Amino acid sequence: MSLFDYFDQVFSDYTLRTITLGTAVLGAACGMLGSFAVLRKQSLLGDAISHAALPGIALAFLITGTKDTNLLLMGALISGLIGTFWIRGIIKKTHLKTDTALGLILSLFFGFGMLLLTFIQKQPNANQAGLDKYLFGQAATLVESDVTLMIFVTLMCALVLLLFWKEFKILLFDADFTKTLGFNTRFIDILITFFIVLAIVLGLQTVGVVLMSALLLAPAAAARQWTNRLSSMILLAALFGAFSGVFGTAISASQNNLSTGPVIVLVAAVFVLISFVFSPGRGLLFRELRFRQNRRDLQLKKTLQLMHSIAKTHDDISHPHAIRILNNFQGFTKRSLQKMEEKQWITLQQHHWSLTEKGYFAAENMFNETTHDESTN
Amino acid sequence: MTNPQIEIQVIAAVVAIACAIPGVFLVLRKMALISDAISHSILPGLVLGFFLTHDLNSPILILLAAITGVITVILVEAIQRTGLVKEDTAIGLVFPALFSIGVILIAKNANDVHLDVDAVLLGELAFAPFDRLLISGIDLGPKSLWIMGVILLITITLVILFFKELKISTFDAGLSASLGISPLVMHYGLMSVSSVTVVGAFDAVGAILVVALMIAPAAAAYLLTSDLKKMLWLAIGFGVFSALLGYWVAHWLDASISGSMTTVLGLVFLFVYLFAPQKGWIAVLYRQKQQRTEVSLLTFLLHLNNHSEENERHINHLQEHINWQRVRSKTVLDLALKNNMITISNEIVSLTTKGKQFTELALEYILTNKDEKIEPMKDDFFLFRG
Repeated sequence: MSLFDYFDQVFSDYTLRTITLGTAVLGAACGMLGSFAVLRKQSLLGDAISHAALPGIALAFLITGTKDTNLLLMGALISGLIGTFWIRGIIKKTHLKTDTALGLILSLFFGFGMLLLTFIQKQPNANQAGLDKYLFGQAATLVESDVTLMIFVTLMCALVLLLFWKEFKILLFDADFTKTLGFNTRFIDILITFFIVLAIVLGLQTVGVVLMSALLLAPAAAARQWTNRLSSMILLAALFGAFSGVFGTAISASQNNLSTGPVIVLVAAVFVLISFVFSPGRGLLFRELRFRQNRRDLQLKKTLQLMHSIAKTHDDISHPHAIRILNNFQGFTKRSLQKMEEKQWITLQQHHWSLTEKGYFAAENMFNETTHDESTN
Repeated sequence: MTNPQIEIQVIAAVVAIACAIPGVFLVLRKMALISDAISHSILPGLVLGFFLTHDLNSPILILLAAITGVITVILVEAIQRTGLVKEDTAIGLVFPALFSIGVILIAKNANDVHLDVDAVLLGELAFAPFDRLLISGIDLGPKSLWIMGVILLITITLVILFFKELKISTFDAGLSASLGISPLVMHYGLMSVSSVTVVGAFDAVGAILVVALMIAPAAAAYLLTSDLKKMLWLAIGFGVFSALLGYWVAHWLDASISGSMTTVLGLVFLFVYLFAPQKGWIAVLYRQKQQRTEVSLLTFLLHLNNHSEENERHINHLQEHINWQRVRSKTVLDLALKNNMITISNEIVSLTTKGKQFTELALEYILTNKDEKIEPMKDDFFLFRG
């Protein structure tokens, strides 16, 4: 199946439609909540939580013996929350730092989960096959009820987000101020963490334990580059997330042997890369362009100053001087001379330049002017 | 014990030691998560190396993968320098992307590559003894033991040679730079050693459990001591202990060896976390409770010192005026009584001479904030022990 076929069939084919809708909704939810994780400097918390969810899935299977998705995800949610609170405990009660706490919980829980998974695999009676889909995710196993659950949870997240918008926002940017205003910061904090855990758990089936954190981070990190407003960032992140989901599914469906998770992550990574380079405000490309522009402006002004200091010594400011004498000092290029002529600061005659009235005035007032420029920009 | 069993345990112990040593420095430098990033992102390097050499134990493959690890570190630092995202986000963006590339490479070439994703995550220690190093027909033992042994030897040599430099650059980068020891060289040296170790251990314990073997022993040791040498020894001890016990747990459960090694490590860490004498959870809770009572005591004594009126010194007044609960008031009163700081007659509390002295000393400390004022009190009170 080619990519074209995929988009041809996406509305008619039941399986494709379900999967696409599922990954799109998941991407949107992750983008939305990921924005908070990224802004709260909890980017890697998602990584730790998603790994910590694994033993929950295995234990839920061991205890109940069923492969009902909802039950397994319930187990994942509980063990993810235990992991989260243990991380907080380690950071608060001991002198171990955040990175150590995250790495510890991530690897220890995951190792325990793997122990349980291999233990389950060796059990004679169990219909255990299929638990490893939680490692890398398999969007193909999504059914309509899973997608309904995702939509429900996403809508709930959005609702809570709208209800507590003010509280979330203020906690995000100034936690101490929030406390002094009398908000229950602990409650808001736990609420937002709970929803982040929830989004991660929902994504396990599609993207898998190992790569889930990227789906949380990447859309938000990309969206951050385009805006400085929280609301637009969240909307953009949701959009990026949804597109990553759809494109990722499309690409992996059109090729053999491609798990959905890694492809979605790579698509999201491409979004990030594009945003890093091309975003107009913060992007590397425009930053470099602005940098060069500034350097050129400075050079121009430096040359003008030099000319001014030469012209000052003459009675007639427009007395022509040889271009050659500029060479003894730094800061003149052919282009900058042309540019200065364009600005009518100087006039050029063959090998001579002469300062105009306007150029003289500009040089005199350069420093007043620059401060003025900066304040208006 | 059979011969392969002994060999597996020796390999596990060597891997544990080789991971614990760089792990200590990573934890102290607050770079624990870099090990996570490296262990994931060496995957594409590993796969490409495998295409070239067709041998998972080839030194070239290990070198290639280790270079990928160092590239990851450089990439993360480059993204951090742009200032576009926070530093943890940079780590979180780089390694999943590289790992995804690795997974896709494996999936697309499933027929050619004798590598599957489970092995990447878990490794397979149980098969390690069967891949033997043969030189002109003589069996010299398992290949992975040789590889890890060499890596461990290099690590130990480097740590002994550069111990002073590592120590200084870890705890005070500024001082080390001014002494002429480049923190940058130390940083990349450590990163290279970690990278090589992760790649070497990868085959045996897999991508994620390598992280556990690096961080958990070091973190547990850090809770028990603040002496670098002791911490190194403790971390090695925890690592080896978990490796050996983990092997037997796996044997008993018939499950993954690396998984059970990590689980044992987790239990060891949990135990230390709860019961560490100074920095453990219980010790901290106890100390906090004690400090709370002592602050209350101090408040109470200052209150008594300030008031001579009888109604201000009545027992019930504590509850009414300072707004303490009954239990708390009783604890504070008992503590003060036990230390002979107050006497109670007719439910009226008054300071003894000792109490008065103590209060004045404490007041002086509060006003001047000089440590020497409280030296003699430190033995009796948690509060002043910092």
